[in-house]
Amino acid sequence: MAITTVPGTTRQPGRPEPPYPSSRRRTSLGRKVRDNLTGHTFLIGALVCFAVFSWYPMVRGIVMSFQRTRRGETTWVGWDNYTRIIDDPSFWTAWKNTFYFTFLALVLGYAVPFFVAILLNEFRHARGYLRILVYLPVMLPPASALFLFKFYAYDPSEAGLFNAILAALHLPTSEWMQSPGMTMPAMVLASTWMNMGSAVLIYLAALQNIPGELYEAAELDGAGIWRRIRHVTIPQTRLILALLAMMQIVATMQLFIEPLILANGAGTGDSATSVAYLIYQHGFFQNDLNGAAALGVIMLIVLAGFSAVYVRLTAKQD
Amino acid sequence: MAQDSATRTLISQAQLERGRGRIIYWTLLAVVVVAFTLVFIGPLYWMVTGALKSGQEIAQTPPSLYPKDPQPQNYVDAWNNLDLAKLLFNTFYYATGAVLFQLVLDTAAAYSLSKLRPIFGNAILGLMLATLMIPAMVLIVPQYVTVIDLPILHLNLLDSPFAIWLPLVANAFNIFLLKRFFDSIPEDLMAAAFVDGATPLRTLWSIILPMSRPILGVVSIFAVTAVWKDFLWPKLVMPSPETRTVSVGIYAFAGGTPMNVVIAASVIAAIPTVVIFLIFQRNIMSGLTTGSLKG
Repeated sequence: MAITTVPGTTRQPGRPEPPYPSSRRRTSLGRKVRDNLTGHTFLIGALVCFAVFSWYPMVRGIVMSFQRTRRGETTWVGWDNYTRIIDDPSFWTAWKNTFYFTFLALVLGYAVPFFVAILLNEFRHARGYLRILVYLPVMLPPASALFLFKFYAYDPSEAGLFNAILAALHLPTSEWMQSPGMTMPAMVLASTWMNMGSAVLIYLAALQNIPGELYEAAELDGAGIWRRIRHVTIPQTRLILALLAMMQIVATMQLFIEPLILANGAGTGDSATSVAYLIYQHGFFQNDLNGAAALGVIMLIVLAGFSAVYVRLTAKQD
Repeated sequence: MAQDSATRTLISQAQLERGRGRIIYWTLLAVVVVAFTLVFIGPLYWMVTGALKSGQEIAQTPPSLYPKDPQPQNYVDAWNNLDLAKLLFNTFYYATGAVLFQLVLDTAAAYSLSKLRPIFGNAILGLMLATLMIPAMVLIVPQYVTVIDLPILHLNLLDSPFAIWLPLVANAFNIFLLKRFFDSIPEDLMAAAFVDGATPLRTLWSIILPMSRPILGVVSIFAVTAVWKDFLWPKLVMPSPETRTVSVGIYAFAGGTPMNVVIAASVIAAIPTVVIFLIFQRNIMSGLTTGSLKG
């Protein structure tokens, strides 16, 4: 898709426009200082909030992960928190579960919205209605949506919505959240339903930027629908596809509220434990804020790894 | 988002209007409309009507399509037992504050970065945008520790609405969105205002803000939905039953409350955001797509 520049933002590189016009020509030192002061005064509120609630916690999280606080005394313990966290058997279960969820969410939550968007983009009617429908669940508070799934859809008896549908179709019913094998797929299903709306809308906007002539030309060359998707649609949207893949990975690796509400935390036989849930557990139940901080740093490193791969892949293509 | 249907897509207009293409098009459209309605409205219907069913009717196999003997009492119980009025008021209060804080502080910051361009402005913007890379879950523990003992001031913000309002101001996405919008306002207007002797604040107030209504609307709507949808952060920083948000309140009650009542409460909690969406869906959709595309 074409990256459009907002009018007015085009500046020559290396030659920044003068700041607020008052400093044009009359560049006395006093004036410059005053202009800068005004600029920073406008910035200060947001700056303080970033410093206190974002930048400082970032540094503090890393520091905390090497410390231990006992009875108000903080000592430096080196890698202790990390070894302790990694030795915990649920650490590996949580990572395995989280990766499995991310994988399923990529297959389902990533591919489905793309094809839904392609389909919706072809329609000349009911477009607005369909767009509203797809986005509607995104607006529900996640807790509301998940209680709906937990109580009504994933009821393990045949009184549940999904089991009733399966039974009506003479298919085998499932225990859903009570069967360890189904926990992750069921969570992905609920999560996809809740979240796919934003991806569909972003894809739709990207699809509308594809020049029609490309399809025209492909068609004249005898390309069928699938080949047009493969050779026109996908290459034309690849930046957005890559970006959303990244966003999807980052979002799903933070899997938390689904296990908490759908599976009451860990789920049957730890089948729902996620890394984020483990952070929550350590930090706020086991009174182990330092271990939780170490887990957070590990998660950050893993996600930074994904980002690095993403940057490499997308940079190569341009 | 452009509504124009004239642009050529995957399949050409002509092909869709010809005999076989036309039949396929209309059949597919009908199937998709029905399927999407079932998939996206169906569960909501199930939720609203399910909360009207009695305990026995809920457990019955196969489930009934509509409540045979509606029990509006479930909604009344949810409202009274969970003190939903209080929970909704809290959430509304936090959402309003979040909108105000974000509008004032983020707009001022974006204006400064876009138009006043003070020294180090670009570095600051870079540091702000870098926070978009840091997943919320990574920061949850150190952020919590910071909020219970603010640096320098040593204040404890637990149960204070500021614990929700201030961290939301540190929203790089909003600042980026606003800055890009301000960037598109011609520099000449600023110069003209300066010639007329307007101060930067005056220029922001009388020139920039009136032109920025659409983007300010988008930021406000995002602020409201962010507060309404958030779960873990309010759960941590608003531990008292009196200060809870509605999502956290429902979760806290879910254990010991009949499931119909929990669902009834979930329906009530979802109404405000759904109504906001239906009213402002055009703005939300355009904000979403301009924000995420066109870098």
